[in-house]
Amino acid sequence: MIVLEKRPQPSQAWSLATPIVAVLATMFFGGLLFAALGKNPVESIMTIFWEPLFGEFSFYYRPQLLVKGAPLVLIAIGLSLGFKAGIWNIGAEGQYIMGAIVGAGVGLAFYPLEAWYIFPLMVIGGALGGWAWAMIPAFLKVRFGTNEILVSLMLVYVAEQMLASVSLGLLKNPEGFGFPGSRNFQSYASAYNAELIEGSGMHWGVVAALIAVIFAYVLLNRHMLGFHIRLTGEAPRAARFAGVNPARLILFCLGLAGALAGLAGLFEVSGPSGQITIDFNVGYGFTAIIVAFLGRLHPVGILLAGSLMALTYIGGEIAQSELGLPAAAIQVFQGMLLFFLLAFDLLTNYRLRLALKEVA
Amino acid sequence: MTTPLLRLQGLTKAYPGVVANDTVSFDIGEGEVHALLGENGAGKSTLVKMIYGLVKPDSGTMELRGQPFAPSEPRTARADGIAMVFQHFSLFDALDVAENVALGMENPPAMNDLASRIRDVSETYGLPLDPYRRVGDLSAGERQRVEIIRCLLQDPKLLIMDEPTSVLTPQEVDILFQTLQKLRSEGTSILYISHKLEEIRALCDHATILRLGKNVGECIPSETSARQMAELMVGDTLQTPERGGREFGEIALDISGLSVPSPSEFGTALKNLHLTVRKGEVLGIGGVAGNGQDELLGVLSGEITTDRDAVKLAGQPIGKEGPTARRRMGLLTAPEERLGHAAAPDMSLTENALLTGSVREGLENRGFLKWAEAQGFAKKIIKAFDVRTPGPENAARSLSGGNLQKFVIGREVLQDPDVLVVNQPTWGVDAAAAAAIRQAILDLAAGGAAVVCISQDLDELMEISDSFAALNEGRLSAPRPTTELSVDEIGLMMGGAHGIEVAHV
Repeated sequence: MIVLEKRPQPSQAWSLATPIVAVLATMFFGGLLFAALGKNPVESIMTIFWEPLFGEFSFYYRPQLLVKGAPLVLIAIGLSLGFKAGIWNIGAEGQYIMGAIVGAGVGLAFYPLEAWYIFPLMVIGGALGGWAWAMIPAFLKVRFGTNEILVSLMLVYVAEQMLASVSLGLLKNPEGFGFPGSRNFQSYASAYNAELIEGSGMHWGVVAALIAVIFAYVLLNRHMLGFHIRLTGEAPRAARFAGVNPARLILFCLGLAGALAGLAGLFEVSGPSGQITIDFNVGYGFTAIIVAFLGRLHPVGILLAGSLMALTYIGGEIAQSELGLPAAAIQVFQGMLLFFLLAFDLLTNYRLRLALKEVA
Repeated sequence: MTTPLLRLQGLTKAYPGVVANDTVSFDIGEGEVHALLGENGAGKSTLVKMIYGLVKPDSGTMELRGQPFAPSEPRTARADGIAMVFQHFSLFDALDVAENVALGMENPPAMNDLASRIRDVSETYGLPLDPYRRVGDLSAGERQRVEIIRCLLQDPKLLIMDEPTSVLTPQEVDILFQTLQKLRSEGTSILYISHKLEEIRALCDHATILRLGKNVGECIPSETSARQMAELMVGDTLQTPERGGREFGEIALDISGLSVPSPSEFGTALKNLHLTVRKGEVLGIGGVAGNGQDELLGVLSGEITTDRDAVKLAGQPIGKEGPTARRRMGLLTAPEERLGHAAAPDMSLTENALLTGSVREGLENRGFLKWAEAQGFAKKIIKAFDVRTPGPENAARSLSGGNLQKFVIGREVLQDPDVLVVNQPTWGVDAAAAAAIRQAILDLAAGGAAVVCISQDLDELMEISDSFAALNEGRLSAPRPTTELSVDEIGLMMGGAHGIEVAHV
């Protein structure tokens, strides 16, 4: 019989090794899955992890890594602060959509005026949109004690309906020949989130993600507020005793996560995506939850994890088009990553011990 | 020579990193009340768990009436006549007494038979108990009776009792002792675990003293002084806390007409509390657990806010202030629950020093943390209070209970409070550490601070407090000078014994 024994101190070694072991286990069992689907497992794994970085078309895929990674990191940083404090915002996808809608709305309201202040105003609008959407579960939790998991998640579906509505109505391109979707920001210079360096994939969202990583690192390690966030997650009663106001912390964590998700949505809609469409959102808000945990809720870890997830995204797409792997198999593969991460995470706080059952 | 009831020979049990029991040998005679004495972590619990079949010894043997005895699980130990009353009760509040007893039996008889047997046993041993009462309505002392009766129904040869008096009022202790003496007169042996030396002197025939897992001595308690036994336990001469005669200053803390509804479903509402503490005074607040102690601490720490004027610190109304503001004003507190309330278990000692120390020790600058200073403060606590740990980077949960308690109390004392409120400052702490903590509290008062000490340990309150009040069901009795009080009067103030019939043995 195998028993779990609590370690007196969390193991530092396992804490660092867990993400690596989880990635290796995902590769192995993902390979088995691909083999079961009749594909060559080694080739499939190679395609996912090697092709985007060093393959024949890597000049095209490498910038895509930044484009896909930036929103994941930006959202995950916001989520990780809440998760550390035990505040479970599952609705970043909705906050992402609302940020995009409000930010794009601000930009489109100025069309066709060209002015330097339009893009900064859109950024503020994006952050406010996400923040306001996250304030709904935050306020309901503080005021009525509702569960923020359910409320934030359900609001994702509301946001998706709003997205469809504005694509077909309020923000629809008047010159779009009746097709759903807004004007394209590519042809509106003052509002376009262009690449900062041509062909690098580097846009303002990538810069914002890097700033968010540094900000979160300083907050968590050097600031009282970050200390209180960690304390609330570790021992809520001790946090109350230390003088933390739980309501204020909930409003701060959810609000910040919403604002960052909203920013990610704004940078996406005004740059890589270019316009508001019905299917604008592709699940960054949900994948960011995986990224946050894969990165151990640590800012630098999230940066690495976001890059890894972006890699599997792009590699997965290549595998779909080149090897004909079904999209569902790629999603299962990404799900495995979270599963193994959580499973191996147990070893940070527990050790396995073989115990022989004593004979009565 | 007669064969002893139970003979332990060379029992050894090692856990990773610590030898809990190292070749422990002693005998328990028939009809003997045998005390097992030792500080926390001396290995008492491991030893009785081996006798009760919960833990298997690495080496060594046990003999029961000359027969080899190696219980593999509690059931076999019970079958051989070993019964145990645990420190923490395992009872279901929603069930009645008889149902609870039935749940602990291998083949429970029909309820009616069981109820009459419970009545018989409870009357025989002077433990009045109605089998049909709901356990949720019973006092701590009555709950313990349920556990004892559950054991007695098995007709045990050896009854193990782990710290049985820690939850009892003095009157209830008397009742328990009469029961135990009757059991002894009938030939039942009792293994009695405690660190309360006066109890052991009053009750036990023989004592074995454990220190760091080893049997370091045996004695006849009635012929040995409490001090000698304590020194055997600690392995060192013991410092008795000293209190100098003091003049009390002006009123430092003033609570008047404080009523607070219960903060949770299982809490206790505080009802119309009045108390004042002057500078240099130690006010002891006694009472059985669960009578509003946690709530009173919460009201003083600022975790529970009240009417503005209900709590005053040096004349300033602070009822609406939170914990941080109160710390800044000089009111510091140390809650009972060390892990999870006074300290965050998985955080380092440095981080835990920061937890309450940031305001008064200047460990932050406009919200930014000064880690070097925080670590310095943690080191200062560790040094001043002799906290046994490799260093301030270790997690709070890696410390033993006593060491963490020294850290928690030290953290507040070293911040030089004007008013210090502590709840159960020496709960689960060994004798040497307890003496150090009490001395620190007295020194603080001698330096002019007002101290409120909430405790269930009456000896402690008698030792350090100048005046005494008791909490009972959320009400506080009027404080009285400790020197005027006898233990009996204190018991009546605590009121824990009300509604309990006196034993008629």
